[in-house]
Amino acid sequence: MAEQRRTLGDLQQRTDFVRRHIGPAEADVAEMLQTVGYPSLDALMDRAVPKSILSKRPMRLQEGQTETEAIAHLQALADQNRVFRSMIGMGYYDTITPPVILRNVLECPGWYTAYTPYQPEISQGRLEALLNFQAMVMDMTGMELANASLLDEATAAAEAMTMCRRVGKSAGQAFFVAEDCHPQTIAVIRTRAAALGIELVIGDPQADLDPSRVFGLLLQYPNTFGEVRDYAALAEQAHAAGALVVVAADLLSLALLKPPGEWGADVVVGSAQRFGVPLGFGGPHAAFFATREAYKRTTPGRLVGVSVDRKGRPGLRLALQTREQHIRREKATSNICTAQVLLANMAGLYAAWHGPDGIRTIAERVHRLTVTLAKGLDKLGFGLAHKAYFDTLAVAAKGKANEIVKRAAAAHINLRLIDPDTVGISLDETTVPEELEAVWRAFTGRKTSPLDAVKLARTGRDAVPSGLRRSSAFLTHPVFNSYHSETEMLRYLRRLQEKDIALDRAMIPLGSCTMKLNATTEMMPITWPKFARIHPYAPLSQAKGYLVLIDELETMLCGITGFDAVSLQPNAGSQGEYSGLLAIRRYHQSRGQGDRRICLIPSSAHGTNPASAIMAGMDVVVVACDKHGNVDIDDLRAKANAHGDRLAALMVTYPSTHGVYEAQIVEICKIVHDHGGQVYMDGANLNALVGYAKPGEFGADVAHLNLHKTFCIPHGGGGPGVGPIGVGKHLAPFLPGHPLGARFKSKGAPVAAAPWGSAGILPISWAYIALMGRDGLKRATEVAILNANYIATRLKRHYPVLYTGPGGLCAHECIIDTRPLKDSAGVDVEDIAKRLIDYGFHAPTMSFPVAGTLMIEPTESESKAELDRFCDAMIAIREEIREIEEGRIDREDNPLKNAPHTADDLVAESWSHPYSRARAVYPVASLRADKYWPPVGRIDNVYGDRHLVCTCPPLEAYQEAAE
Amino acid sequence: MSQVRFTDQHEWVRVDGDIGTLGISDYAQQQLGDLVYVELPDVGKTVAKGDEIAVVESVKAASEIYAPVGGEVTEVNASVVDEPSAVNASPMDNGWLVKLKIADAAELEALMDEDAYKTYVDGLD
Repeated sequence: MAEQRRTLGDLQQRTDFVRRHIGPAEADVAEMLQTVGYPSLDALMDRAVPKSILSKRPMRLQEGQTETEAIAHLQALADQNRVFRSMIGMGYYDTITPPVILRNVLECPGWYTAYTPYQPEISQGRLEALLNFQAMVMDMTGMELANASLLDEATAAAEAMTMCRRVGKSAGQAFFVAEDCHPQTIAVIRTRAAALGIELVIGDPQADLDPSRVFGLLLQYPNTFGEVRDYAALAEQAHAAGALVVVAADLLSLALLKPPGEWGADVVVGSAQRFGVPLGFGGPHAAFFATREAYKRTTPGRLVGVSVDRKGRPGLRLALQTREQHIRREKATSNICTAQVLLANMAGLYAAWHGPDGIRTIAERVHRLTVTLAKGLDKLGFGLAHKAYFDTLAVAAKGKANEIVKRAAAAHINLRLIDPDTVGISLDETTVPEELEAVWRAFTGRKTSPLDAVKLARTGRDAVPSGLRRSSAFLTHPVFNSYHSETEMLRYLRRLQEKDIALDRAMIPLGSCTMKLNATTEMMPITWPKFARIHPYAPLSQAKGYLVLIDELETMLCGITGFDAVSLQPNAGSQGEYSGLLAIRRYHQSRGQGDRRICLIPSSAHGTNPASAIMAGMDVVVVACDKHGNVDIDDLRAKANAHGDRLAALMVTYPSTHGVYEAQIVEICKIVHDHGGQVYMDGANLNALVGYAKPGEFGADVAHLNLHKTFCIPHGGGGPGVGPIGVGKHLAPFLPGHPLGARFKSKGAPVAAAPWGSAGILPISWAYIALMGRDGLKRATEVAILNANYIATRLKRHYPVLYTGPGGLCAHECIIDTRPLKDSAGVDVEDIAKRLIDYGFHAPTMSFPVAGTLMIEPTESESKAELDRFCDAMIAIREEIREIEEGRIDREDNPLKNAPHTADDLVAESWSHPYSRARAVYPVASLRADKYWPPVGRIDNVYGDRHLVCTCPPLEAYQEAAE
Repeated sequence: MSQVRFTDQHEWVRVDGDIGTLGISDYAQQQLGDLVYVELPDVGKTVAKGDEIAVVESVKAASEIYAPVGGEVTEVNASVVDEPSAVNASPMDNGWLVKLKIADAAELEALMDEDAYKTYVDGLD
């Protein structure tokens, strides 16, 4: 038989990327459909998705591009950006990412595809890196405790304000903000304070502060113009009046300056960006938050703590989680959820790479160059607005500032135009002496440099006041003093990575988290210098490529969601929620209905929802769910009625947090609208809708989208996330605006420090949508639904599957019930989660939304082979449980209770368990060829919370454990 | 013998004269799991019935404790702040939380006695 000649069109393989992003091949899809009991994907979707939400129009999107085309397109966009030397400062500095960290962390899937370390046994590597970050921050700031990152300096400062209000003993009702803080910080604090009804006083701390009137105050050190002021006396006055002192500090400067912890700060916040994290037109970067031990229980964000495992070996974990939104809900210390783990890890590793001497040398060099620059300017007749500084000058240039900034730009240097008479200049570790000469040329307008920088640098005095010189040691722990050769660092990174399960090792079936492929092509552009080295406040004429990309991505997201406008500013899903609720409040206020403050939230909602509502100044009213996990319509109607003209919004997750397409969603939205409320949709589960239903069409007024779930930005071990919001036309005027660098049409309050939030990683989502195109995205949704239902079908004979929708089908995730096993075998959900580690898997989501259950979301990216491997493991574990149930193995001493099993357990002198070593670690044969060995046994959570330690333990701790 | 009364939120109060000693029930400590943190009020604080008077936390849950009766706090059990496990080990004795001077003994009447509470808890499972 003659082979059919394929056309050139076929041979071009236009849809090659789609089939590589989607796990199951055609033949597998057919087989899986048979298992689930549907003849085709269309038939499956027809049954699973309620007719009432189906979109009548296809998405307004292009056909998919090939990887080559997408890269070429992105390259062309990058080429429209122009990388100037950034001397703008304002909290963002160019930096040298150590190449060993760039390639082996930022560009390494072992690090960027990991999830938040909720399962500590498979996360020891990134937990150690985060502990390093905390230790680094504590050392640099001189504080007792630091968290494992926040979203940016501005939101960290706002979090500090609310923490001061929680813990403050002062009768003062206002919060004071020094007027010389970075303007974006002041802007974000204004937003937060207004929503919560906190009075702000903004002024000169040495002239305008009345400590008795405030519960806290924020100072910037050095300030936004570079001046270093001695605030010790002021801090003392504040404390005497019962007010707390927050200091926004620059990490690098603290190598030379007396750290705020040594002169009275109660909280120190800032950005770790200049510790090796690229500018990226605004982010993502890790902010830090350091405070006193006494405030540990009210600190926002995640904290890594040291505990022990079952055998007493040291092990790390996330500590004091009861502070957080997923447990505390509307009483949480913050809505922060996803933070900036990948970037925090980079910053901590930057400190380990350079060590204390290296960091001090970098700081001294930057300072020497700054002193030299100032000296030259002085010789040329330009005085300084202040004499005490670290790396930033405010230069007096009466009436000439504009002209100087323009001349510098002509030489490809960005200076900061402070006002018509003042130019700001910030130097950083990338500065070279020639650049000082270029700055002098810009000031004088001469063609050749009037001075020689290297010669001028030979003499001159430092500009750090003697009373503020740092004398204390920092980064003394061995981890900061052991990895200074590249070989050692390379192996350290490998060792850490080796301890963890990320997507490069196995499926991570976490329900609600959408751990799909982060394709290499999508990731490549983010470290290209033309995307990575743009300052967020650079003139927009230098960021044309970014602006086109942002416009295109906004248009794509509108096309997918049916919304009229999108804001990319919120730099996490939680911030999207917050921005969306603020938009709703402003909308009501604009219509003279400012009393609408009640936010209805179903009991099944993500914990961030109530936490965000509280931050937005709303009052939460919980709506019951019925026994199917759906919103109880009668209760909703009753509560909407009861609150009538005070109803602001409903926050609803769709598909529901139970992984079900609630058929009544249209009715739910209608009830809320009928009572004058707005519908906020939590878009965490959008992966089940793309190509089928558009929130903007079926009733939502605003939704946040998690680009790090549905649109392929990797989870980074707990951030970065990006949480843009889409809105209907009526809410568009209330989208976040920004005081700097951007020309938004919207006038809403800014929620993040940078105009477009974490702009540096937007190329990832742009690339995903461009590569998949309209048909590919729709196909992804179909296969995500198929994969989830395939797992549900295979497991339902072994575990009860809860909460299904039409046709007994689930949406993109399924919940299996392990509660009956508690009675029958004494096995709880945690035992199963930990036993999965022995099989080489990250556990599904535990106990959310229902305690004692597992929620499994495979995404479209997992192949049938991997789904089968997972189902086989779950079924094998069920058989192990049956042995307990039938009394064939001890209820307390069995493979589940003792899981996970470490190599260390295995080689112990005696093995007293009623099952073999081989069964412990090789419960299925395939593990002999490819085995993940957990570095620690089950971590003792109780010990860790009772004995909180949040810094690197002394090495003896490990030695003692070994003995 | 002094009488013990329970709330439907699983607090108990034992009355001796005008002093009420309060804590959480055995059922409550079992539901919470190993406690890692206890926060107690300042002595001298006055609370009304139903006000938040203490907080107990395990690794997975945080629970506010509400005053079963109103009154003025006369004493707190500092030892459980140092050793929260005492609440698990002995919720009704060594693991007591707060003593207060009862403002209005009539408020006790609405609470359950031991038998009624036992029936109530049995009905929850």
